[in-house]
Amino acid sequence: MSETYIEETTEAAARVASRLRIDRREFMQFCAATATTLGLSTGAEAAIAKAVEKAKRPSVIWLHFQECTGCSESLLRAEHPTLEKLILDVISLDYHETLMAAAGHQAEAARKAAMKANKGKYILVVEGAIPTKQNGIYCKVGGQTAIDMLKECAADAAAVIAIGSCASWGGMPSTIPSISGADSSPTGSSGVADVLGKPVVTIPGCPPNPYNFLATAVHFLTFGKLPDIDQLGRPKFAYGRIIHEHCERRAHFDAGRFALEFGDEGHRKGYCLYKLGCKGPETYANCSTIGFGDVGESNWPVACGHPCIGCTEKGIGFTKPIHATAQLRGMSPPASYPGIVEQQGKTSFASAAALAAIAGAAAGGAAMLAKNLGKQDETQAQKKGE
Amino acid sequence: MANHAHAPRPLGGSFLSPLTLLLGVLAAIAGVILVYRFIYGLGAVTNLNDGYPWGIWIAYDVVIGSALACGGYSMALLVYIFNKGQYHPLVRPALLASLFGYTLAGVSVIFDLGRWWNFWHIFWPGYAQVNSVMFEVAVCISAYIVVMWIEFSPAFLEKWGMKDVRQKLNKLLFFFIALGVLLPSMHQSSLGSLLVIFGEQIHPLWRSGMMLPVIYLVTAILLGFAVVIFEATLSSTGFKRQLETPVLTPLARIMYWTLAAYVALRVIEIVARGALGTAFAATWQAFWFWVEMACFVVPLVTLASENARRSASKLFVGAVLLMLGGFMLRVNGFLVGYMTGEGWSYFPSLAELMVTIGIIAFEILAYIYIVRNYPVLPAAQPASR
Amino acid sequence: MDRRTFFKASMAGGAALATGAATCPAQARDNNPMPADAVGLLFDSTLCVGCKACVAACKEANGMPLEFSTKDQYWDTPLDISGKTLNVIKAYRNGKMEVKDREENGFAFIKKSCMHCVDPSCVSACPVSAMKKDPKNGIVTYDKEACIGCRYCVAACPFGVPRFTYDSPTPQISKCQLCVHRHKDGKYAACAEVCPTGATLYGTVADINKEIARRKALKPGEKTSFPRGKLGGPDQSYPGVAAKYLDHTYGEKEFGGTQMLMLSGVSFQKLGYPDLPPRSDAAISEKLQHTLYGGLIAPIAVLGALTFIAKRNVKPEDEEGSQHG
Repeated sequence: MSETYIEETTEAAARVASRLRIDRREFMQFCAATATTLGLSTGAEAAIAKAVEKAKRPSVIWLHFQECTGCSESLLRAEHPTLEKLILDVISLDYHETLMAAAGHQAEAARKAAMKANKGKYILVVEGAIPTKQNGIYCKVGGQTAIDMLKECAADAAAVIAIGSCASWGGMPSTIPSISGADSSPTGSSGVADVLGKPVVTIPGCPPNPYNFLATAVHFLTFGKLPDIDQLGRPKFAYGRIIHEHCERRAHFDAGRFALEFGDEGHRKGYCLYKLGCKGPETYANCSTIGFGDVGESNWPVACGHPCIGCTEKGIGFTKPIHATAQLRGMSPPASYPGIVEQQGKTSFASAAALAAIAGAAAGGAAMLAKNLGKQDETQAQKKGE
Repeated sequence: MANHAHAPRPLGGSFLSPLTLLLGVLAAIAGVILVYRFIYGLGAVTNLNDGYPWGIWIAYDVVIGSALACGGYSMALLVYIFNKGQYHPLVRPALLASLFGYTLAGVSVIFDLGRWWNFWHIFWPGYAQVNSVMFEVAVCISAYIVVMWIEFSPAFLEKWGMKDVRQKLNKLLFFFIALGVLLPSMHQSSLGSLLVIFGEQIHPLWRSGMMLPVIYLVTAILLGFAVVIFEATLSSTGFKRQLETPVLTPLARIMYWTLAAYVALRVIEIVARGALGTAFAATWQAFWFWVEMACFVVPLVTLASENARRSASKLFVGAVLLMLGGFMLRVNGFLVGYMTGEGWSYFPSLAELMVTIGIIAFEILAYIYIVRNYPVLPAAQPASR
Repeated sequence: MDRRTFFKASMAGGAALATGAATCPAQARDNNPMPADAVGLLFDSTLCVGCKACVAACKEANGMPLEFSTKDQYWDTPLDISGKTLNVIKAYRNGKMEVKDREENGFAFIKKSCMHCVDPSCVSACPVSAMKKDPKNGIVTYDKEACIGCRYCVAACPFGVPRFTYDSPTPQISKCQLCVHRHKDGKYAACAEVCPTGATLYGTVADINKEIARRKALKPGEKTSFPRGKLGGPDQSYPGVAAKYLDHTYGEKEFGGTQMLMLSGVSFQKLGYPDLPPRSDAAISEKLQHTLYGGLIAPIAVLGALTFIAKRNVKPEDEEGSQHG
């Protein structure tokens, strides 16, 4: 991903503040921003625009289990496009417990109807972890356990997206209490992939950046398939790099300038938060490049002065103490770093040539002299002979 | 004691010639480059770097320069210590060449010293560090330069007619001659000892450890003989004088056996240390080692017979090869075989080279001037050709 | 020329030097011992994350200029230590560079700065005492005012540490002096002070050796805590996981020992550190010099013999003899 990636995203984000409605122009911007978020090449926005305009809006079924609705809340605050535009123009959100008007049996009926009508075509989005202990009795919707409901909905889905850290691997609910003998969370909270027994696309984060979800949805819309994912199911376009790599405080890290406690001089000066326990160096996410909350640049946890807690990273977020120092990951040496052996020193062609010339001349001169001396030797030998 | 039929006389004649003009130009170029060097630093002129902190200004101007200037030392050793009076006519010209060689080696050290204005620290108690080989070399060379000027002073005193001083000096000369033999023995061996502290940084072919001083001393003596033959031949041809072959032939015999001893020593030392294998590796070091050895071994073959040693041409070629061999040994030890780590390269810059050439030019120029104006070369009939 | 003189000359002139030299190897002087209160650095390559904070801090603490190796001269990018840079972090790269501290398809970081040898070549080589080793804390220091700029120390150091400012008309040697100028303010080596992971630690060599023993006793993957900054200073330790160390502590035996000691998961030769024998070159060189010139006994004896011989052979000549001899 190049500089344009950051620039364009930034530009779009900066203009969002003045935007109330999406007109044609801004719609193209949405497409372009989505294309760049996805890391697609120039021209891809046209394909996206075409796909969004022409294609039938895909049906989306959104399930909620052990969660705080933070992921939905985060999505509600997306402004390019706003969620209502997403719901009306881009996708057809047929079931979403917090957003839908329907309730009770009506709601469940709508879900069943959507699943039937779009069999094999709808997108299933799961928010929240799934309790698995004691057959999953800890979470029920309409009398159905989360496990059953997930399996039922996933069976005919074209794609399954786990949004948020809870759905991705269990997240906060899966945290093992620090009680002796405890080896799992009280309810056995698990991620979608574990319950289904197959990999799914995950958009971890607490909450996740809404654009990572939107971009994934639009990718599916445009290309009919989900984006490339890493071994944890995370789209590579968003989770391919360590936060630390593009962190705006990185220069301070490289120069050894660290905040040592909250509110100290270094902290106020915006120094690196590594020694306060920032997990940026071991967390894969694009927070440092696209920011958070659509209020412009420098608005994400680290920029605000709080160390990253590693919420997108299983085994880091909710697991490792917030103050604990990160292990640096994926820090293979940048190309600019000196290698063990560097070629140093100058050689001079001109002087090599000069030296060769001198050596040649000297050798020639010596040979000539030796030849002359040889002649003298002969004459002397002849004289003696006489 | 030998008789001195050929007492030294000034050659006379015109100093100006195309050759001296060329030499003058070369020396002037070096002077300009040196001014530049003192204003802008070593890096502005040389290709020196931290992998090769010593370039040709040290390896050639000082280490080789002083070794090539060992003619005076070798001849003094032969004439005064081993009492071979018949070589006496060769002493003074050899001493003159040595005088210039050493003086310029001493002066060119200043060109190479980064903080040259502090050079007196070497001789100053409180700064001087006696564990350093460099200290020993510096003190010995400086002392030897002074001793040589005293040794050579009769030539000037003769010219200036200062008989009283000359007579007094003559009575003490034996002491300076003894010093003049001791000091080069010390620093020529120490120039080899300089490499000892480089340890593993020296290629095994030149990493002779405790034998380094012996190897450098023996080759310095060898080079002294070779240079005497070389200079005698050159000045005979150059100044159109009778060839000194009859004197050179027995000298060549001594040189030959010294050479034989050296080659044996060098080979045995390498084999005993188990370093011979590296000579057969496909490396530049191995290549230049064989070049070096060839320069020593070829004269060992071509000068084997007394008859060969009577031939002026064979003597000359042998002497040139020996000088080249001594040159290669030192270049190999200090530059080719010096491996401070991967990635470093050095080849002298043109400016650097021009300074070295300029110094040599200046040396020859001064030699020509002195022999034309002061009694150095033995008075002899013009060449019979 | 008579045989007796010849014999004497050969005996006195050649034999003294040759025998002195030849009998040396058996009795090379011992390496100098570690100073009692020696201080130094511990560099643990497995903890180094290559942030180069130490490089930047070193520049600032020592007032060294920036150095550029790229076309666009924006920031300090030294390739190696130099006249302008006393400390660098170098990267070992192999193949796909997948795993840190692995030789094959891995990578690692290594610090390069002065090793502060116990028996340093630079100190032995310096003819004017510009390089000195503090007898108490063992820090190898450089005195610009004494230096003549001969660069024998640059050539002699097996680690290639002393560097020279060739581009200056008033050049000097540049080398790490463990921030000795900051000690009076209670500060210590800036590189250790800023290191975020404690890969570079400052402390007494005794403390460093204890820490090395502790780390080596850990099983790879074992949870432990790593100190930062100064051993024996305020506690800045943090929890970490022990890496897989090589059995080799670089600087423990090499070259008579060094006061900068290093741990790594990748062989030190691959990280650019030479495989050096346990004896120091200074010991050999000084033994040689002292055998030949110790108390000036040998030179004076030889001079005596030479004077005796020369006096016999050189006769003050008469006026017309025109030559000494």
